[in-house]
Amino acid sequence: MTRLQLAQFSNQAIMFAAIVYALAMLAHIVEWAATRSTAPGRILVGPDGAELPSAGSDLGGAERPYRVDLWGRYGIALTMVGLLLNAAGVLARGLAADRVPWGNMYEFTITGCVATVLTYLIMLRFQPIRWLGLPVTALVVVLLMLAVLLLDVPAAPLVPALHSYWLYIHVTAAMLATGSFTVGALASVLFLVRNRAERRGTAGTGISARLPEADVIDTFAYRVHAFGFPVWTFAALIAGPIWARYAWGRYWGWDPKEVWAFVTWVAYAAYLHARATAGWRGKGAAILALVGFAALLYNFVGINLWGGGLHSYAGK
Amino acid sequence: MTDLAEAPLDSRPPEPEQTPRALSPVELARWAWRQLTSMRTALMLLMLLGLAVIPGSMVPQTRVDPNAVANWQLLHPDLTPLFKRIGLFQVYGTPWFSAVYILLMVSLIGCILPRTRVYWRAALAAPPKAPKNLARLPASLTSTLDVEAADLASRARAQLIRQRFRTRVEEDSDGTIVVSAQRGYLREAGNLIFHISVALVLVAFAVGNLFGFRGGAIVVDGQTFTNDVQSYDDFAPGTLFRDSQLEPFSFTLKDFSVKFLTSGPAMGQASSFTGNLAYKADPKASERDATIQVNHPLAIGNTNVFLIGNGYAPVVTVRGGDGEVVYSGPTVFLPENASYASVGVIKAPDAKPTQLGFEGEFLPTYATGQDGQPVSAFPDLAAPALSLTAYSGDLGLGSGVPQSVYSLNKSKLTPFTDASGKPVTLTIGLGQTKKLPNGAGSITFDSVKRYARLQISSTPGEPLALGSVILGLLGLVGSLYIRPRRIWLRIRRTSTGSQVELAGLDRREGRDLNHDLTKFLDTLTKATR
Ligand code: HEM
Repeated sequence: MTRLQLAQFSNQAIMFAAIVYALAMLAHIVEWAATRSTAPGRILVGPDGAELPSAGSDLGGAERPYRVDLWGRYGIALTMVGLLLNAAGVLARGLAADRVPWGNMYEFTITGCVATVLTYLIMLRFQPIRWLGLPVTALVVVLLMLAVLLLDVPAAPLVPALHSYWLYIHVTAAMLATGSFTVGALASVLFLVRNRAERRGTAGTGISARLPEADVIDTFAYRVHAFGFPVWTFAALIAGPIWARYAWGRYWGWDPKEVWAFVTWVAYAAYLHARATAGWRGKGAAILALVGFAALLYNFVGINLWGGGLHSYAGK
Repeated sequence: MTDLAEAPLDSRPPEPEQTPRALSPVELARWAWRQLTSMRTALMLLMLLGLAVIPGSMVPQTRVDPNAVANWQLLHPDLTPLFKRIGLFQVYGTPWFSAVYILLMVSLIGCILPRTRVYWRAALAAPPKAPKNLARLPASLTSTLDVEAADLASRARAQLIRQRFRTRVEEDSDGTIVVSAQRGYLREAGNLIFHISVALVLVAFAVGNLFGFRGGAIVVDGQTFTNDVQSYDDFAPGTLFRDSQLEPFSFTLKDFSVKFLTSGPAMGQASSFTGNLAYKADPKASERDATIQVNHPLAIGNTNVFLIGNGYAPVVTVRGGDGEVVYSGPTVFLPENASYASVGVIKAPDAKPTQLGFEGEFLPTYATGQDGQPVSAFPDLAAPALSLTAYSGDLGLGSGVPQSVYSLNKSKLTPFTDASGKPVTLTIGLGQTKKLPNGAGSITFDSVKRYARLQISSTPGEPLALGSVILGLLGLVGSLYIRPRRIWLRIRRTSTGSQVELAGLDRREGRDLNHDLTKFLDTLTKATR
């Protein structure tokens, strides 16, 4: 295939990925709609008569009707197909431009979607987190549409400042961390929803009835963040400075992009601290995680559009 | 939960009391110290630090981009005095910013020291004794086996050791054997290492800022740069840096080349910049060749030379009214945009009868824009031209006030005008000479050279910074992923063998302890058959 064909193929793959993710989202909507609210009195009892912690997610519980479960499975299968198309789009884009496919905001967004969905699917392999299916697919549909409609630019080679293998290392790590922070942020939002409902005693109705206990969500959110945080530390505070040292002659210079990478890091460090501090566990910690995510997004959107600075891939 | 559960493996500082009861100075000081080194304060300070760095990304910073600061101040004359007073143009050097991070440092050190002591003791100690009532722990099992108690205990111990537990075995007075086991001692060590390296990174950062320097220089093709303070266009030494510490090297920029993409969607974008240098590490050393590129600096001793920009320096000759050459040489023009339309000035103070000045643009590929103004159509030298306005009068150089080489002080200068009284714009192609009106002289555009904009700097403490962040990352990974666990077995002798009670406790949530205990008992049972 020629470069042009590859670029066209990439665009089509991304379009189809968005469509397939949208179908996955619909399947999960059907699943959510068909799941009946948790019966408030249902309690699992162990052999000795003691109350057992419930099995976790209502979605995914063994006693759920077969048809509901089936829709959930369709959702996951479609998400996998979407991921393959999405990844193919990213790969073709890289081949078309003859470089890593993350030189501008459009590419960053489509690659970020791969990272997010991949994180979700990998975690799904080990934990019953199908309750995240709808939020994750809804998010990537919106992101891909935004990327295609607002951010698309033709594939082109990089400016010389980006010619460095540290680009591969630094940005790959940043993407990976972004993926897990995105999943973590979704989980933190759902935690807040469920937590509020539990406090008010309305956990058996509405959205929160489709979610596992607040504690379960909290533990899951912690795990994703605990994975993302060291990766982000590596991306933003090790690989980034090493590259900056070669490209600009200083490893840290408080460039706007660096400032916000640091704010993000500090916010997530505060989240990890909050989980160990009385009075901050739970709600306070979840809010700090969301603050970290807001800083991450601002760095990506705000600084790229209005911030200037040395990061020459900034600006679409 | 039992106190044993909370005890040694975690050296988290205790929650301080909310209000001091007694007010004796010593107690007050101790109370204040506890507050400062508590988790709550650490959290507050962390959040404060996150907020304190933000203004520096909203307002341009002198140390990052002095030009942007000047522009910003021109645009916001009413805010400027206030912003200056609270240091918003140098956020990272203000007292309030320093206060936040110094407090955090103190809190951090005040936190690390006692925790290290606690950890040290805990790490050397044997696993803690079993709680009285194992059934009250979050996970416990009981079983009876037809194996003799001492035999079972030694098998259990071996199995625990295989799973990398540290163990201790005790026998009560009534003959009950208790096996206590613990693993994951390194989690807390990782946490301490991480926090220590945060402190070390801050130290390394301070060392670099105090003892290093950073300077900028523009070097035109063919020119030689000698490393002394006078050679720099701008020079920012650390507080404790002495000029005599500059290493005595010199280098010549033999050739600087740029490649631009000539096709494709990003046509006109640069694809490579390369400078060929010949350098001497000191005046007596022999000359060596080197290349320098973006991302590939040249290290000479402890100093690094980075390529951070480039541009064009048109070579012009200016003659006065009497035909004498009054200015000749390459003149640095600063690029304004991606197609390298560049602005600059030429000053000829020796011209007679009056001093001459020129201000305007250099266009590597001259073209006329839609509004009739000259523009550059491509960044490379396809059709270079100068488009200048000429002035005569007094350049103001004698006033003693230093003047930028990139601007003209026009207070005592008048532009040459045409018949209708409009200032004349001279458009000069390569090799052309243009005469000034009224026999005031002439200007010739001889050739074009490229120049490299270099940053030359030395940052001591770099290896310490790098070493500490790597150590910190390892510590962090250990701290997040190592999950300490305690397991106890209480084995009682029965007439047919033994009755075993097994219980465990995790210091981190999220592991299936019940499942692991069941598996442990299974393995143990199988091994005894
Ligand atoms: C620059 C300042 C600091 C940063 C960036 C920072 C960062 C972190 C991070 C990322 C963690 C999570 C790792 C883990 O869970 O083991 C953590 C944990 C911890 N930090 Fe800090 N910290 C800082 C200052 C402090 C201070 C001043 C204290 C003293 C009170 C402190 C005490 C702790 C403790 C006790 C933990 C373990 C919490 C637990 O048991 O889960 N940190 N810190």
